[in-house]
Amino acid sequence: MKRKEFLKNVAAGVVLPSFLNGISLKALAGTSTFHALSRLMGEDKVLVLIQLAGGNDGLNTVIPVDQYSAYSAARENIAIPENKALKLQGVEGTALHPSLTGFQQLFNEGKLGIIQAVSYPKPNFSHFRATDIWMTASDSNMVLNTGWAGRTLDHLFPQFPAHYPNATMPDPLAIQVGSVVSSTFQGPSFTMGIAISNTSKFYNLIEGKTDVESDSRWGEQINYIEEMSLKTDQYANVIKQAALKVTAQSDQYPAAGKNGLADQLKIVARLIGGGLKTKIYMVNMGSFDTHSKQTEDTDKTSGNHSSLLKKLSEAVTAFMADLEYLQVKDKVMGITFSEFGRRIKSNASGGTDHGAAAPMFYFGHTVKSGIIGNNPVLPANATVQDNVAMQHDFRAVYSSILQNWMGLSPDEAGAILPGQYPLIPVV
Amino acid sequence: MPIAPVTVSLKAYKGKWGVEEAAHLARRTQFGANWADVQFYAARSFKKAIKALFEQDDSIPPPPVNTYNDDKYTDEEIAAGQTWTTAAKQSGMNIGRRKNSLRSWWIGQMLNQKRSLQEKMILFWHNHFATEMNKVDNATFSYKYHMLLRRYALGNFRDLLNAITVDPCMLRYLNGANNVKKAPDENYGRELQELFTVGKDKGSHYTEDDVKAAARVLTGYRIDNKVLANAQGVFEPNRHDTTDKQFSSFYNNTIIKGVKDKEGATEVAALIDMILQQDEVSKYICRKLYRFFVYHNIDEETEKNIIEPLAKTFRKSNYDIQPVLKQLFSSKHFFDAGNRGAVIKSPIDFCIGLCREYNISFPAADDYVTLYTMWQNIHNTANQLQQNIGDPPNVAGWPAYYQVPQYDKIWINSDTLPRRNQFTDRMVSYGFTKDKFKLAIDVVAYAQTFKNPGDPDALIEECAQRLYSIPLPDKERTYLKQGILLSGLQGQMSDHYWTDAWNKLIDANDTINKKDVTNKLRKLFQYLMNLPQYQLC
Repeated sequence: MKRKEFLKNVAAGVVLPSFLNGISLKALAGTSTFHALSRLMGEDKVLVLIQLAGGNDGLNTVIPVDQYSAYSAARENIAIPENKALKLQGVEGTALHPSLTGFQQLFNEGKLGIIQAVSYPKPNFSHFRATDIWMTASDSNMVLNTGWAGRTLDHLFPQFPAHYPNATMPDPLAIQVGSVVSSTFQGPSFTMGIAISNTSKFYNLIEGKTDVESDSRWGEQINYIEEMSLKTDQYANVIKQAALKVTAQSDQYPAAGKNGLADQLKIVARLIGGGLKTKIYMVNMGSFDTHSKQTEDTDKTSGNHSSLLKKLSEAVTAFMADLEYLQVKDKVMGITFSEFGRRIKSNASGGTDHGAAAPMFYFGHTVKSGIIGNNPVLPANATVQDNVAMQHDFRAVYSSILQNWMGLSPDEAGAILPGQYPLIPVV
Repeated sequence: MPIAPVTVSLKAYKGKWGVEEAAHLARRTQFGANWADVQFYAARSFKKAIKALFEQDDSIPPPPVNTYNDDKYTDEEIAAGQTWTTAAKQSGMNIGRRKNSLRSWWIGQMLNQKRSLQEKMILFWHNHFATEMNKVDNATFSYKYHMLLRRYALGNFRDLLNAITVDPCMLRYLNGANNVKKAPDENYGRELQELFTVGKDKGSHYTEDDVKAAARVLTGYRIDNKVLANAQGVFEPNRHDTTDKQFSSFYNNTIIKGVKDKEGATEVAALIDMILQQDEVSKYICRKLYRFFVYHNIDEETEKNIIEPLAKTFRKSNYDIQPVLKQLFSSKHFFDAGNRGAVIKSPIDFCIGLCREYNISFPAADDYVTLYTMWQNIHNTANQLQQNIGDPPNVAGWPAYYQVPQYDKIWINSDTLPRRNQFTDRMVSYGFTKDKFKLAIDVVAYAQTFKNPGDPDALIEECAQRLYSIPLPDKERTYLKQGILLSGLQGQMSDHYWTDAWNKLIDANDTINKKDVTNKLRKLFQYLMNLPQYQLC
């Protein structure tokens, strides 16, 4: 079926409704002789994307201690003391924020790497636009209507959602936990992912509960509609079945409700452990838009940014331990990304304004750990004009993962991303 | 969440009168809460708002027209754009086309409803005195039937009952036109009692002999449609059973004397008067009104403290419908928090309501072909959702209005719920198109009518107020704001990013920003309409 015909037929289709999705996912009813692309690239490999919304301050995350005087001069009011920064095994001149103890350990064990100064030419400083650029993998001056992961999944599972789910791919292609399905998963016509919009909805699903008091007249009606919604959602059932296969998870996660990212990743681990064939998961945490009060005045190692990084580190560390516990550790890798880094020079309100390039973390039990690239070069007397210069285009990171993790050819990756990018040795 | 209280009495409402209350009133008495209507009500006193609802419009809306000439057929009698309701004849080639025209037009009347209860009462009576366009198979009859419901929608039930009994559409649908003294056809005589008046609840005890006797009273009518446009029920004395008709003890052993000649027609009024002497009629109608306007379940307390007093009002007013509805809509009970959102929207409420809530623009009247096509799209959608206006499933009307114990839950099943979501998804995106016209929600224009759309919290609050009758949980608010409007940004500190993007809309050159804002609003409204709250009114 050609794309055009497909669009015309949408009206006759069935919508998978809202309980899980938020955005209802349309799937055409009925089975046919259509065969899914049997070549499932990268076989059972899973990719986890962690969005750090708001623009993470790269310089206080991965600290260029080899230029400590320039660093502390540029951001005296928020600079992490050199002796508090976490050293990395076999690395001189680069250290981590003191909250990232889990990351330090993962790095030392060879399970985590850092790509320095990731951005794109002519970086955009608007949250919304920059986020779109990262999610669509467009050039700075280009508007794309589809997401990079959505295009990848459209390539791997052509003509989704017609004829899905099917025997080859009975599970959601992509799952987002904790937010609306992001533009990352937008395919040519449909979103390729479903969303579990908040973690309590997931546990309601597993436990067959609803949020609403059924004692009121409207509550009783809502319960009925939600039950019906679940019955009609084919993916709700496979998610529930996968989750029920996992009866225990690693004990390293923080208590539920303490760390939103950890709560999300715990669900992702459970679904991977339960055998879902879902290729890409996306989770997120916010509040990285640290314009003010980024650190405590007295103790620069604590404060808002510190607690964010602590949550990130704890969540990923627990997730990594859980993957091992669930015996799926070799299947999974993940990356963190943020729409931009922050300015080299801090502002007077104890924060940092929107900037350009920033480091990305990648992790997994089989990644090639290490630091890719060099510390950003900081000017001796940084002004508000100064930004971290790009060393790696973020599309090079995507392209490397598509090829070396998901098993796509260079041509396929080049068709999904707007152009060819050099390989970065992450795996 | 605390359980919203319901007080079971008809005590007058003395509480707060603001947009939320006005919106509740509008959602139940019109199709959807059109915000201009809500503001109109809220700006007046409660009493005046209720009064406005009951202003009956006696003007005759422009009748349905010929939009159906195509390469296979041209109506020889009625020119394109002219009404076919005045046609002297119909043919096999145009009956179906005219029926479709009438269906679309009916949807159009609901979409264009005035600030009045009238259109919703037409639907109520259509469900109550159900006829099926496809069975009647005469668009002119069905149009006249519609106009009869329109005329009596807010009028006197006795008058309506007398009129509908000899209406050509009803005479054909329930075989009244075939009911002759030689072999009476009991169809209408039965439904008159079982469905239209005394019903079959506990208080109704009419007998099979009463059905037969009523059928004999009703003998003698046929349809005169020599000139189609003037079709009417006429009484033929020689077809009428002039013997006396004996009724059971339920009707106090009444005997309706057989009347000869033309005066035989007066027996129908005598029959209706006899039936209306039964208190059960008023209770049965009030139960139906209650289920239609308030809530499906009627327990003993509700029967005693709501239904019975309403029924008494109905009888006291000599079966004028208005005092009953005024009493109901003016009651504390009607406005109780526990009764808001307690109804699952019918497909008509869902589809027409959406168009009216979002103020969706339809083509101008002179582009009648496109206009009727768009009306038909809405008709088809409601039909897919199991409410085919003009064609209820049978003479009992739609099961959602009577079927124990499911009632309005019947509207929601594994087929219709996804379709409802599909419709709302469609209306925020590609909509329905014909030539250059696109029928869809203009999310930016809609948000521009809000008080403070640049403030994400205020925007979400006003969405909830306009689109829902029950509270939007905080969890969903957070999600809508952070997950959608702020693209993952969190905290009060980040609100200004949405504000900035919104304010930049006036810069027409910034197409990237406009696209971004439009997409966010689309996701916002799509999500809001996918939540189960949107299914309730």
